[in-house]
Amino acid sequence: MENFEFINAIVLLANFVLVPALSYGSQLALATLSLTIVYGVLRFSNFAQADWMSFGTMAAILFAWLFQSIGITAGIFPTALLALPFAIIVTALFCLLIDRSVYSFYRKQKSQPIVLMIVSVGVMFILQAIVRFIIGPNDRKFFDGEKYIIHALDFKNYFGLEEGLTIKSTQLITVIVALIAMISLFYFLQKTKLGKSMRAYSNNEDLALLSGINPEKIVIVTWIISSILITTAGVLYGLDKSFKPFTYFNLLLPMFAAAIVGGIGSPIGAVIGGYVIAFSEITLTYAYKKFFVYLMPEHLEPSGLMQVLSTDYKFAISFIILVIVLIVRPTGIVRGKII
Amino acid sequence: MTKFLSCTNMTGGYGGEDIIHSCDIEVDKSQIVVIVGPNGAGKSTAMKAMLGMISLKEGNLILDGSDISKLSPQDRVAAGIAFVPQTMNVFSELTVEENLEMGAFLRDDNIQETIGEIYNLFPAMKDKRNQLAGELSGGQRQQVAVSRALMTRPKVLMLDEPTAGVSPIVMKEIFERIITIKNSGVAIVIVEQNAKQALNIADFGYVLVGGENKFSGEGQELLKNQEVRKSFLGG
Repeated sequence: MENFEFINAIVLLANFVLVPALSYGSQLALATLSLTIVYGVLRFSNFAQADWMSFGTMAAILFAWLFQSIGITAGIFPTALLALPFAIIVTALFCLLIDRSVYSFYRKQKSQPIVLMIVSVGVMFILQAIVRFIIGPNDRKFFDGEKYIIHALDFKNYFGLEEGLTIKSTQLITVIVALIAMISLFYFLQKTKLGKSMRAYSNNEDLALLSGINPEKIVIVTWIISSILITTAGVLYGLDKSFKPFTYFNLLLPMFAAAIVGGIGSPIGAVIGGYVIAFSEITLTYAYKKFFVYLMPEHLEPSGLMQVLSTDYKFAISFIILVIVLIVRPTGIVRGKII
Repeated sequence: MTKFLSCTNMTGGYGGEDIIHSCDIEVDKSQIVVIVGPNGAGKSTAMKAMLGMISLKEGNLILDGSDISKLSPQDRVAAGIAFVPQTMNVFSELTVEENLEMGAFLRDDNIQETIGEIYNLFPAMKDKRNQLAGELSGGQRQQVAVSRALMTRPKVLMLDEPTAGVSPIVMKEIFERIITIKNSGVAIVIVEQNAKQALNIADFGYVLVGGENKFSGEGQELLKNQEVRKSFLGG
């Protein structure tokens, strides 16, 4: 029986820490990638990014509702996945409209990054208002299709364990879609002429101009890529949990923390940072009592929850990591730019 | 008979006071023109004016018979003028080969041939092709910078102090390569602090003082000129 105790403890951790952190980390990694690409190429911290996530997800929900109302569904997959490409197009178009009407003015003035950052706060408020105006501030679940790949009950019965492992279809979809998005992005940046020119422009703007690289084209491509990543991240997050504009806005802190931990401006850093933040948040707020009950002899069993921090403090974790990284290694794990 | 690139009567600056006054610089194909002068003489400004990076109040800029004075820097690059800045002249986070590809950004044809030519000109580049340009030594980085500019197959190559901060041996090597490039038919304009060495390889030289053409003539001629020697070549 001793052996089963150990397996039960591992399954417990996998179910409540590993799987959720992996899917949350993938969502965060995608969102952070979009933040870091805007920072790397357009050179400002885009505070509106979390609300672009709301906007994109809202567009996806609206399209999903439209599809459902005319009887189109994706079978075992969520309808929102079918709506995703359309949501991306709408988000990218609106993003380019905002760029033309707001950011391009400051770009022509060659404004300091701090000015653009404040401008992005303005855009953030506009987006928040638009999203609340169209879809409202409430919590919305828009998941449909097959919910579980592995259900805890089946798992328990099959293996004869006390603990069950649940893998929701959204979690698997998240990891797969995130992987595809990351691989395509890295392929684009490393292998295609356009991607290389984006990196060149990010690295040395003046020399990029002297090489004949058209900055306006780079700006447009950057916003499109940012829209693709942020809308995908938002839809995956919403499918996994639910869509609420305020919750999405709260993701801004983990996103910035992830970008800075990984090294802002560096795509690989964004992915690493996303997972680091997600795993820290979940491992530090999980109550390990049951885990120790399985592992420890009876008289040593803990009486408390064995929780480092209450889940209410999960944002504090992002914040503490952010502060520590800024003090100890301001360039982040993968050497990025210093804010 | 006007020269291949003829920039005459250039007057202007960075918005405030004029830095160059009625400045003339002309260069022909297969010719090296060197612009020398004391600090603050407007050498780099004159070059930036030729590139369109500052707007001029006056000036006629003719490249191969057509007026380029209204073109943006990017359009001048497309028209055949390549520029190697003094600092930040490579994409430090890109590999050597990617630097070359970016140099050829405007070209749609096959660039492998040009890359091959450049590897012949700078054999060291071939070995370092997959290394980040930012990790190279100063002299090698200068070679990457020149190579990137050559990728457009320019008619005019402009170099802003290509030997700043490199050892005398590397300087000699860079000048030798510049002569090779000249012999392939490119018109070359160099702004230089190392005036003696630069005038040695120059077909024609301009001495700028206070933003004006003070002396001009063949390289050797200027080197022998007593007044030029006394004023800034150090006797």
